[in-house]
Amino acid sequence: MTDTAAVPVSRLDRGRLLAWLQDYGVYAAIAALVLVNIAITPRFLSLENLRTQLVQVAPVVIVSLGMALVIGTEGVDLSVGSVMALTAALIPLYLGYGVVPAVVAGLLGGVAVGLVNGSLVAFVGVQPIVATLALFVGGRGIALVVAGGQLKDIHDQTLLDLGSSSMLGVPLPVVVAVVLTVVVMAVVRRTTFGRRLVAIGGNRTASELSGLPVRRVLLLVYVMSGLLAAVAGTLATARLQASDPSSLGLLMELSAITAVVVGGTPLTGGRVRVLGTVAGALLIQLVRATLIKHDLADSVAQMVQAVIILAAVYAARGAGRR
Amino acid sequence: MTESMTATAAVTEPAAGPTGRERAFGLIQRHGAAAVLVLLVAIGSFAFDRFPTGANLGNIAITSSFLAMVALGMTFVIITGGIDLSVGSVFALGGVLAAYAVRWGSLAALLLPLVVCGAFGLVQGLLIARVRLAPFIVTLAGLLGARGLLLSISGEGSTTYLIPHGALIARVGQGSVFGIGYPVYLTLALFVAGAVLLQRTRFGQCVYAIGGSEDAAELMGVPVTRTKVAVYVMSGLLAGLAGTLNAARLSSGVTILGTGMELDVIAAVVIGGTLLTGGAGSVSGTVAGVLLLGVIQNLINQIGDLSSSYQQVVSGAFLAAVVVVQTYLSRVQRLR
Repeated sequence: MTDTAAVPVSRLDRGRLLAWLQDYGVYAAIAALVLVNIAITPRFLSLENLRTQLVQVAPVVIVSLGMALVIGTEGVDLSVGSVMALTAALIPLYLGYGVVPAVVAGLLGGVAVGLVNGSLVAFVGVQPIVATLALFVGGRGIALVVAGGQLKDIHDQTLLDLGSSSMLGVPLPVVVAVVLTVVVMAVVRRTTFGRRLVAIGGNRTASELSGLPVRRVLLLVYVMSGLLAAVAGTLATARLQASDPSSLGLLMELSAITAVVVGGTPLTGGRVRVLGTVAGALLIQLVRATLIKHDLADSVAQMVQAVIILAAVYAARGAGRR
Repeated sequence: MTESMTATAAVTEPAAGPTGRERAFGLIQRHGAAAVLVLLVAIGSFAFDRFPTGANLGNIAITSSFLAMVALGMTFVIITGGIDLSVGSVFALGGVLAAYAVRWGSLAALLLPLVVCGAFGLVQGLLIARVRLAPFIVTLAGLLGARGLLLSISGEGSTTYLIPHGALIARVGQGSVFGIGYPVYLTLALFVAGAVLLQRTRFGQCVYAIGGSEDAAELMGVPVTRTKVAVYVMSGLLAGLAGTLNAARLSSGVTILGTGMELDVIAAVVIGGTLLTGGAGSVSGTVAGVLLLGVIQNLINQIGDLSSSYQQVVSGAFLAAVVVVQTYLSRVQRLR
């Protein structure tokens, strides 16, 4: 942070290497892991295995997209897991009126949480981490109160299809994740909103002074994060074939933050890497799957994940992009 | 004197509020949690016969004491402008290590968790202060790493090590004087020590200075790196100690404990008036914050037919209200 003033030449090369690692390290790591798996894991390339892995990672990808936007504004959204729980709790309540009202109600729950988070951050000026902490704690509580603290089985076939049917052989959750990735990428790269978002993350004061609608953009970013988490919650609920507000989305905020950071989006904001984020989510899933397939326990998977996170931020720091 | 000052202030800076109002804001910021706590206890005592009994209050004290120990370390970390997300995992790790080490005696059961958790804090502190990685990320990795370490010791969570009832450490965790458990007294002692350390020593002043402005502190000659490493070591040690005592109380190292605890702890510290931006806060506020969460939980249990999920709703709402008020107050103070 402060030692960039006088950089010797040899460190410049190292800096360039780290910058390359920050930008493309995640893809390189995925490629390496895929090659290793092809070599050592039987039936790794089987269609069935690929489908399972992709379906599992789809909700994480969707939540991470929203998280990437929030982190791009130099914020963070800890409430995403609770939003998933809230969505899961709301859906069965309205399933009697049909699938569409139920899903809409679930999504509106996410929007509502996003509105509260966004208002606290944008208008009251609360730090994002505390603002979203309140609904991290309270959101799951509300979900449990709404659901009466119970796990409810879901029998509505149309809703279940959301989680289990396929389109051209690709599972629907994966299709949704891909579509949303494209949409978010377009929003970040091609819209005024995307430009403003990145500008605000880069320097909020300058953005305010140059007349950007900072508060409106921030509010919208948190609403989008809530909405995306709600989509993930809907898909996960359909996949589980049950509404499980007490455990759905637990630790999701950590997975999403990890995916974003590993994907090369700096926590200091001002930059959103959408494809990197997706790659980050895939990498973590791949690491887990590899270790589990080879009977290396969950404990090792967690420690490896910790090392990956540290390596990612180290590369980001060394690249001098802070 | 106050009046003359108010008068001059009004003349020179008409926009500034009167000092009395500002001082009131400062008081709310620092002692708001304590005031609400007193209010809640008063209401609870009138509304529920079983609330003000010694047994119930002792129960609140012992269940809050473990959270309080962890929150003490977190207070120091947050005042330096950092954050420690690893405490929940380190808390659980401490408990499992204590139960694992009790086979070599109670002293080992106390020392092993302290050494390992302290070392854990040291590594995190070095990564944050020396390598200059963001505290949020380093301790997020720490959260995963400590949980992984814990799982690998406990056979992926399938083995729960027990602490035999006769062991000295079990007696420390479970014993009580005047109906109040030993861990409560220890927590009190730690808080007194923490308050002295923060308010009366050079180290404490360094902690505040770093949180106020790290660059300025560096230029003034404050040992920034050393102080920052020290607060993360403290946080690790206290989380490990709390985990050890909790395991001693439960007679076993429960592997699933502490998930999400880091956020409860942060909530308690913030409710106690410590600003997440660093540079301001107090140990006594943290006590009030922790007790407030404990009393809310207890009162909701007293209501009986309410499900325990309401506790999360109330805590969340309370946290939101506190941060809104705090943000408003600090903005008013900054406008001076």
